[in-house]
Amino acid sequence: MANMRVALFITCFNDTLFPETGRATVGVLERLGHEVVFPEAQTCCGQMHFNTGYQREAIPLVRRFVEIFEPYDAVVAPSGSCVGMVRDLYPMAADLAEDDDLARRIEDLAPKVFELSEFLVKRLGVTDVGAYYPHRVTYHPTCHSLRMLKVGEAPLELLRNVRGMDLVELGEAEQCCGFGGTFAVKNAETSAAMLGDKIRRVLDTEAEVCAAGDNSCLMHIGGGLRRLQAGVDTVHLAEILHSTEER
Amino acid sequence: MTPKTKPPDAFSPGQTPTFEVSARESLRDAQLRRNLGKATQTIRRKRTVAVEEMPDWEELREAGRALKERTLRHLDKYLLQLEESVTRAGGVVHWARDADEANRIIAGIAREKGAEEVVKVKSIATDETKLNEHLEAQGIHAFETDLAELIIQLAGENSSHILVPAIHKNRAEIRELFLRELDVEELSDEPKDLTNAARLYLRKKFLGAKVGISGANFAVAETGTVSVVESEGNGRMCTTLPPVLVTLMGIEKIIPAWRDFEIFMQLLPRSSTAERMNPYTSFWTGVSGEAGDGPQEFHLVLLDNGRTDVLADEIGRQTLNCIRCSACLNVCPVYERTGGHAYNSVYPGPIGAILTPQLVGIGKPGSDSLPYASSLCGACYQVCPVKINIPEVLVHLRGKVVRHKQDKGTLRQKLDPENAAMQAMARTFSDPKLYERAQRLARVGQLPFARGGRITSLPGRLAGWTAVRDLKPIPEQSFREWWKEERG
Repeated sequence: MANMRVALFITCFNDTLFPETGRATVGVLERLGHEVVFPEAQTCCGQMHFNTGYQREAIPLVRRFVEIFEPYDAVVAPSGSCVGMVRDLYPMAADLAEDDDLARRIEDLAPKVFELSEFLVKRLGVTDVGAYYPHRVTYHPTCHSLRMLKVGEAPLELLRNVRGMDLVELGEAEQCCGFGGTFAVKNAETSAAMLGDKIRRVLDTEAEVCAAGDNSCLMHIGGGLRRLQAGVDTVHLAEILHSTEER
Repeated sequence: MTPKTKPPDAFSPGQTPTFEVSARESLRDAQLRRNLGKATQTIRRKRTVAVEEMPDWEELREAGRALKERTLRHLDKYLLQLEESVTRAGGVVHWARDADEANRIIAGIAREKGAEEVVKVKSIATDETKLNEHLEAQGIHAFETDLAELIIQLAGENSSHILVPAIHKNRAEIRELFLRELDVEELSDEPKDLTNAARLYLRKKFLGAKVGISGANFAVAETGTVSVVESEGNGRMCTTLPPVLVTLMGIEKIIPAWRDFEIFMQLLPRSSTAERMNPYTSFWTGVSGEAGDGPQEFHLVLLDNGRTDVLADEIGRQTLNCIRCSACLNVCPVYERTGGHAYNSVYPGPIGAILTPQLVGIGKPGSDSLPYASSLCGACYQVCPVKINIPEVLVHLRGKVVRHKQDKGTLRQKLDPENAAMQAMARTFSDPKLYERAQRLARVGQLPFARGGRITSLPGRLAGWTAVRDLKPIPEQSFREWWKEERG
């Protein structure tokens, strides 16, 4: 695969709360010889507004996103959820805006927007990024990566090639952790009940790290683990892939 | 049996509590959590096996979806065709605009026959119209003959699952109920003994009833054939023993032709009970015309009750594809924890979360909370045999709920802090300068809450987060600040 110019869609969530995931994403892509650009005008894709029902409010954010990212050949984000918004729900936003031009531009842009693991495995054909991570790790496949983007085994293929790592299977892995965006606040008790079961499965693995491709789910799982002082860290997939013996 | 009034739900007059409020109660019930967890996990596993042995499952799903879509597009034509074919076969077709009209028609038929008791096949449509309560008010007792429906009728409870209405009860609880309500002296909690007690009680009802009432899984426009798919055989008895049979059917249950059963009879049993074929599938076409064999009189009541409004919504109309298999309930991580009662509707779970608010109309606080009773994980869409994109409809309905509040809501709804916060954030995200300033402000704003690298308590609506989770404080440097410093 020839070297590519990749636009990083950092997501507002990672930009503000998990900058280390952004730095790791840049690091992995550059290590593989690709050029990463960061369009600084980007803010938020509008997912939180759209999924909470504030859809008229999300439409200007959808337009901004399309304008900012349509010049690039590939757009990559360390988040299955935000990419799912662009690929699955942007067409619905264009319908709501009754804007055919926007709909056409979304149709062109959406197939070029990738979640990190699917970009590496499915677009670039890379499954070994030369990472080293000497820890016992379990992986939670986040719902939007799994069921909206259908990334399938891509994240696990990458993790299986990480040296020094002990990858342990998570029970009932495909069940939602209970985050669900504003669901975690609006239906806090139900969200907590789902989190409780996810944490039980994580603890069953005796892993020291629970990894995933979305920091939103990890903030929820990790927040619960820390409250319990469970002694299990949560780490984004990009950071594991970025880790090498040198650092 | 002393008839008990069931608790009101979204289809009763008045308001119901929101999902959040009702879920709180269910979540605390350890016995319920155990009953539900065990039952849904078992049926989930079995369904996977039943579906995986079908090499053409995905094609079947697509065929089912396409058939439903085509039928709904020409619903007017197929309904008239059905009316004609049922009438030709000796049945009588009635049109009911709403629940009241349907109940009045059915009560009228029962009264005319001088029936004081009617026997019922499991039917959610009659639960939706509150038929039993309507009949009771006129002195006509309706006896549920499906085992689980009987259980909840005796207990005076609402159904908590589309297919397994008493899924929230275990056999010890059922034993106690039967001892109390069925006049039996001795009873173990073995399923065989429990079933036997119900059978003895029901047999007398079957033989004595002048009128049987059923719902319908399908009705064939071409032939006028109505079908009920069941497991226990009680449906077969209700539809063949009483001299008069009345069927209440939602207008969306129609299929164009007999051959369409090929698709749906493969999709339905595997999705609902994880069986290759269910034990009893009854078909009837009008009346037999020969004395002594089956009902001598057949009435088909076609129910709208909001369905044409659902049909008018381009995204929402796929909800009417539903064949009531309940696969979405069994895989839903929310349903598995809260159970069905939290939805306050005869249609619980993911399908209920999209069907109920559409049928009763947007603008009611209880049912408006239902589209939010989901983490949008998408497990329901993955298993739906007719490919209803439930997450898409959930998001669509959330939009309708918010727009209704903003445009037609009360002053209090318009001044809702959530609305204000969302408006402010939308403005912030519309301009990178405002966004960067907000990032810096949030870093300062969090200082009173951050202790030792953790945020353990937040005020207002965000308190729900910190009730069970820590929050990681916002770090010193955002990604974009790092980028500017390193690469800018």
